[in-house]
Amino acid sequence: MVIQFFTYILQGTSVTLAVTLVALPLGLILGLAFALLYNYGGLWVSRLAAVYSLAMRGVPPVALLFVLYFLLSGRLVNLSPFWAGSISLGIISSAYQMEILRGALQAVGESQMIAARAIGMSRFQAIRYIILPQAIRLAIPPWSNEASIVLKDSSLVYALGVPEILRRAQQLSATTQQPFLAFGAAALIYFILVFLANRGLDLLAEKTKLPNAAA
Amino acid sequence: MREFPPILQAKNLTKTYGENVIFKNISLDVYKGETIVIIGPSGTGKSTLLRCLNLLTPVDSGQIFLEGEEITAPSVNQDQVRQKIGMVFQNFLLFNHLTALGNVMVGLTKVKKMPHNQAKEKALQELERVGLADRAHHYPAQLSGGQQQRVAIARALAMDPLVMLFDEPTSALDPELIGEVLGVMEQLAHEHMTMLVVTHEMGFAREVADRIIFMEKGRIVEEGTPEDLFERPQQARTREFLGRISELYGKREKG
Ligand SMILES: Nc1ncnc2c1ncn2[C@@H]1O[C@H](COP(=O)(O)OP(=O)(O)O)[C@@H](O)[C@H]1O
Ligand SMILES: [Mg+2]
Repeated sequence: MVIQFFTYILQGTSVTLAVTLVALPLGLILGLAFALLYNYGGLWVSRLAAVYSLAMRGVPPVALLFVLYFLLSGRLVNLSPFWAGSISLGIISSAYQMEILRGALQAVGESQMIAARAIGMSRFQAIRYIILPQAIRLAIPPWSNEASIVLKDSSLVYALGVPEILRRAQQLSATTQQPFLAFGAAALIYFILVFLANRGLDLLAEKTKLPNAAA
Repeated sequence: MREFPPILQAKNLTKTYGENVIFKNISLDVYKGETIVIIGPSGTGKSTLLRCLNLLTPVDSGQIFLEGEEITAPSVNQDQVRQKIGMVFQNFLLFNHLTALGNVMVGLTKVKKMPHNQAKEKALQELERVGLADRAHHYPAQLSGGQQQRVAIARALAMDPLVMLFDEPTSALDPELIGEVLGVMEQLAHEHMTMLVVTHEMGFAREVADRIIFMEKGRIVEEGTPEDLFERPQQARTREFLGRISELYGKREKG
């Protein structure tokens, strides 16, 4: 019985992971683009990026999800609930990832840019070879946090009818009248996924860490 | 004696930040192989002048020529100009995520597009030149301030610059580490590197400079050989400044 419960809900895991693996990288690419525009784009571009970030973060994710979903599945283009939901989550996450990367870029500091320009690098080369490698290292811990949020927020696509973990738990709870078991199993799976993701990123942070003590 | 044109020439440079006039109509000729030391109180515009000379900061008016070519012309590729003018900063500004070797190599591989092995060989030579070949694989955080500054000098030298600009290269160092950096600079001067050095190290100025420029409030007050300035300063302001600075720094040089 418990095993069957588990396997039924576990089948939703691949959908949850798929949603996350679309949303997170999309959010990273968009977030990085907006962070770079914010930091290096000049006054007006920078303001636009700030407005984007504020708007995206100022609305509950589920409300934004519905707005974007209705735009992406019918109004503008016609995507399946899975793609529309995943892309929407990616767009929402991009605002948070932008804030993380923006902070990291600023923490690296303008002086590294000056030093890079002084040996003849263009702005683009300086960002690519000097600023970003340092900023990304700084961004891993907060990014790890955002990754677990996206993983958990992927359950929001449940509202669009995508059969991920939470939706399956809901179905099971309704048919078996065992809500505790159904949602408990779902919670456990989420916890394991988040735990593994954080551990993996901790290891990455450890591996890319710069030595900081005199040898 | 002097080769014309000067290797680096500034004509009537004026720089303002908002209402604030940092310097006005400054002209300067730097000849090949020469070491010029710029002295002056802080806030005088010395750092700003150096940053303008290698186009890190735009001037409001005036022209700068490198090997006779105007580098302040709008059509100039500024990144290419900066490759030819080395700069050493007060706070070293090494790239924190790269080893000493990586710091020296990155300009060669990414800017000059030199093949990796060739760049590595050249970078190791430059580290050798500043006495740090044995620290090639250390990160900046693992190096003392004096070592970091020497790596920064090697990083600039690796680009084979026509001129080296130094902006108070020893001001951020503990007294016991100043000597090793000044030693490298002195050696460069003997090798006839063209250098423009902002410093408060009067010993270095006296021993190594071909010419000293005294700047105050955005003006060149006086310039001449070390003997001219130290033994027979023409301006009262120069005398006062040298008196004050030797009081401040002289004790430390002795002690
Ligand atoms: N980026 C900047 N914006 C505005 N003012 C500046 C800037 N950089 C320098 N200044 C001003 O220019 C003046 C000269 O500074 P600086 O060139 O650093 O002098 P020095 O190197 O001789 O101490 C100072 O009054 C300083 O406040
Ligand atoms: Mg200064």
